[in-house]
Amino acid sequence: MSPATSARINDFVIKIATVNGTGSASANSLLMKSIFRSGIPVMGKNYFPSNIQGLPTWYEIRVTKDGHVARSGRVDIMVAMNAETYARDVKEIAPGGYLVYDSTWPRPALLKREDITVIGVPLARLCNENFNGVRTRILMKNICYAGVLAALLDLDVERIRELLAETYAKKPQLVESNMKAIQLGYDYTRQNFTCPLPMHVQKMDATAGYIMIDGNTAAALGCIYAGATVAAWYPITPSTSLMDAYKVFCDRLRVDPETGARNFAFIQAEDELAAIGMVIGAAWNGTRAFTATSGPGISLMNEFLGLAYYAEVPAVVFDIQRVGPSTGMPTRTQQCDLMECAYASHGDTRHVCLYPANPEECFYMAAQAFDLTERLQTPVLVLSDIDIGMNDWMCRDLKWDDSYRPDRGKMLAKEEVLKLEKFYRYQDKDGDGIGYRTLPGVHPKAAYFTRGSGHSQYGAYTEDSVEYQIVLDRLLKKWDTAKKLVPRAVIDATAASDIGIVSIGSCDGAVREAMDVLKAQGVGVDYMRVRAFPFSEDVERFLSAHKVLFVVEQNRDAQFKSLLTLETAVEKSKLRSLLSYSGLPISSTFIVEGVLAEVRPTPKLQPKDAAHG
Amino acid sequence: MTFIAKPKIAHPSLPKNGLGFTRRDYEGALSTLCAGCGHDSITAAIVEAAWELSIEPQNLVKLSGIGCSSKTTAYFVSGGHGFNSVHGRMPSIAMGANAANRQLKYIGVSGDGDTLSIGLGQFCHAIRRNLNMLYIIENNGVYGLTKGQFSASADVGSKAKKGETNFQPPIDPVLLAMTLGASFVARSFSGDKSQLVPLIQAGLNHNGFALIDVLSPCVTFNDHEGSTKSYAYTREHYEPAVHADFIPLEREITANYGPGEALPLVMHDGSRIVLRKCEDGYDPTNRSAAQVYIQERMKDGEYLTGLLFVEPSQNEFHTLNGTPAEPLNSIPYEKLSPGAKGLEKILSRYR
Repeated sequence: MSPATSARINDFVIKIATVNGTGSASANSLLMKSIFRSGIPVMGKNYFPSNIQGLPTWYEIRVTKDGHVARSGRVDIMVAMNAETYARDVKEIAPGGYLVYDSTWPRPALLKREDITVIGVPLARLCNENFNGVRTRILMKNICYAGVLAALLDLDVERIRELLAETYAKKPQLVESNMKAIQLGYDYTRQNFTCPLPMHVQKMDATAGYIMIDGNTAAALGCIYAGATVAAWYPITPSTSLMDAYKVFCDRLRVDPETGARNFAFIQAEDELAAIGMVIGAAWNGTRAFTATSGPGISLMNEFLGLAYYAEVPAVVFDIQRVGPSTGMPTRTQQCDLMECAYASHGDTRHVCLYPANPEECFYMAAQAFDLTERLQTPVLVLSDIDIGMNDWMCRDLKWDDSYRPDRGKMLAKEEVLKLEKFYRYQDKDGDGIGYRTLPGVHPKAAYFTRGSGHSQYGAYTEDSVEYQIVLDRLLKKWDTAKKLVPRAVIDATAASDIGIVSIGSCDGAVREAMDVLKAQGVGVDYMRVRAFPFSEDVERFLSAHKVLFVVEQNRDAQFKSLLTLETAVEKSKLRSLLSYSGLPISSTFIVEGVLAEVRPTPKLQPKDAAHG
Repeated sequence: MTFIAKPKIAHPSLPKNGLGFTRRDYEGALSTLCAGCGHDSITAAIVEAAWELSIEPQNLVKLSGIGCSSKTTAYFVSGGHGFNSVHGRMPSIAMGANAANRQLKYIGVSGDGDTLSIGLGQFCHAIRRNLNMLYIIENNGVYGLTKGQFSASADVGSKAKKGETNFQPPIDPVLLAMTLGASFVARSFSGDKSQLVPLIQAGLNHNGFALIDVLSPCVTFNDHEGSTKSYAYTREHYEPAVHADFIPLEREITANYGPGEALPLVMHDGSRIVLRKCEDGYDPTNRSAAQVYIQERMKDGEYLTGLLFVEPSQNEFHTLNGTPAEPLNSIPYEKLSPGAKGLEKILSRYR
């Protein structure tokens, strides 16, 4: 199925097992970025614990000349730095692969695999001999394995120095000590092993015009470019880094150079209920406002989301999905809030949702979410996840069109209100289900009363069935308008196949890679990635045009499939679920095997990778 | 119900304020509360206060949660936007609205259930942020819309209409607010308009979070013998400690107060509150002493009323946040976006 491990140039996976809080994150990003700067496409995924120090953590680097962005599901080189997970880490290595370990303490008993090559480097001993202080020795041991890998994989050491110089621009002594650790690992490996390995990197020129960025940072940048000025939030993994990034950008870009005034309000709320309340209050009063949270926060925001839906107040909410139910596994990824977000709150409520697939889309969709929420006067939820939000992805350069101006939707200024005989907030004057709104402070004539209780199209309190239904039915009309405004699905029907894959969000990379693999094996499939809820017409068309549809998503209960069956005319019997919910990002192998099992039921495939998810 | 529109016909001889508006221009929809409800007197006091202050009606933003009290924002100043939000969450809506436009005046009307039970957290945190708003609690010790359950402000030993006795100690919003560092804390009685109107005026002009806890008897569920929140009981046990007169800038010259008998406090905009002590030992500028005094009198079953504590110099949210004087909602987009060129520079860190 795949080429022999040994023959892989610029096409292999390194996994690094360490203990969190030991500085391995710096070593890992150093490795990844040095590969990226050598012009080679690379993917990095961090599997970290919900903990500050002392628990196992892994980092996966996929060097991928073909520019794949998902996990492949295999490991070629394992750097096993954590004694606690050593046994299972060794097991994970693909036949023909390599194990790098700290041979200061030889572990012959554990090295029972004949089909891998073991590379023992006495990292602890080297660092103990060359550095002082317990903490420094621990940190340097991790930098040292980067040096080992540099030798084994033929990484450009000068690139590494350049990166260190950028990172520690203000602390040059750290550049020297880190370089010393790199050199120790590098030299020892070159002296004791044949370098480079048959599996190594070779300079390419495939990363020009690309950046390495995580989705939370990109989304925060999108908020900046959308002109959002009020951000309210309650800390929750994994959304916190979005708010942190927004704050950093604001401190850098939004402080008036002359007056020192801060053109933003960044409010840490007492809980998620207050956070969304602040966003609604601020958006009601005419700013672009947002919050970021994760599943548990969405649960708490339900009541307010229903109010914003019914009272028709804009609000942008980023849900960086993590593993549920309940507290679940806060640092592991899933797409398990699809239903929760689509129908958040009691009563007949439905919300506009956007599903970015990568950081690049996080940026554009963040900006778009503000236009949509103001145009439609309803909350817009952007559903990212840990994989997109907290991993560095190789993305095309983000672009901005300077002619962009925020679409504030139907908002009446004073002069426009004065021309009216009387202003009514909830009338459908244009037939698109969207009324006109005004901001406080404009004019007494523009005043209206916003409420979550029953109201008529004139904005008055009502318990009258007819008056109530007029408003409720108009909201449905607005929902139809939303279908025309939300981003369309991305459809690839070049295979002209009867078989289609339907997917969402961060599954995209794995699906596209799986399609290549399937095609090579003679199985051509069409593909649709849905990017928004409500589903646009093209979604309906794709579903009806295919006989068998694999619905690929990352949760146990097939939430996306449920949404499709609830909200489109698709026949349930056509849909096959491929569900990955291990907490790790979905792999391409999982999808390939899932599709093959259906279209070529024999010979039976090994369930190994399915278990990995 | 608020769909009953009040006819807007004003007699030409009605007095007008500085903007040429009559009191009628500060009214709202017809109240649907029970006849004799204390809340309606508070509504009338708000109308009076806003009219006297010549507030542009559109510059008053009215916020509320859920409950009888929260309905009242529809009954005054119909020229101002109103937001009747969800139960106990009005402070967060107020925080967001205020963040968006610091130049408007924000008045929140809540009840003892809305504030002291379901909304206790948000209430406390609004105080902590010194959110610039006037927060009125229409306090009657009882849940009205759900027919007479005790609220968290019910006193120990107070009897419900159906005869049940309350055994849980009350949460007192005044003491709580003072403990949390509130910069303006007052208590009043819906039946004492002469005390309430200047308090509302002072509260609206205070640069920070102003709390007025207004004892406002519920005629339907809590006005019987044995209740400590009835009209009769409140009249007997409420005790003005400090009388406050509010003196806006333009009227300063005509204000009449002699030194020694009154304490003038200058507000951030130059207006003044003139405090007159009704009790000798009380100092409304000393937080800890005032707290002890209020507590001592409470033990004797007396509610001290008036402007119980004030500290005009405390920084409100925007000062702490460093926001500009112009409202965030009117900063031009060009000033907020770093543009395509800016993006290139930003991205250089991600290469």
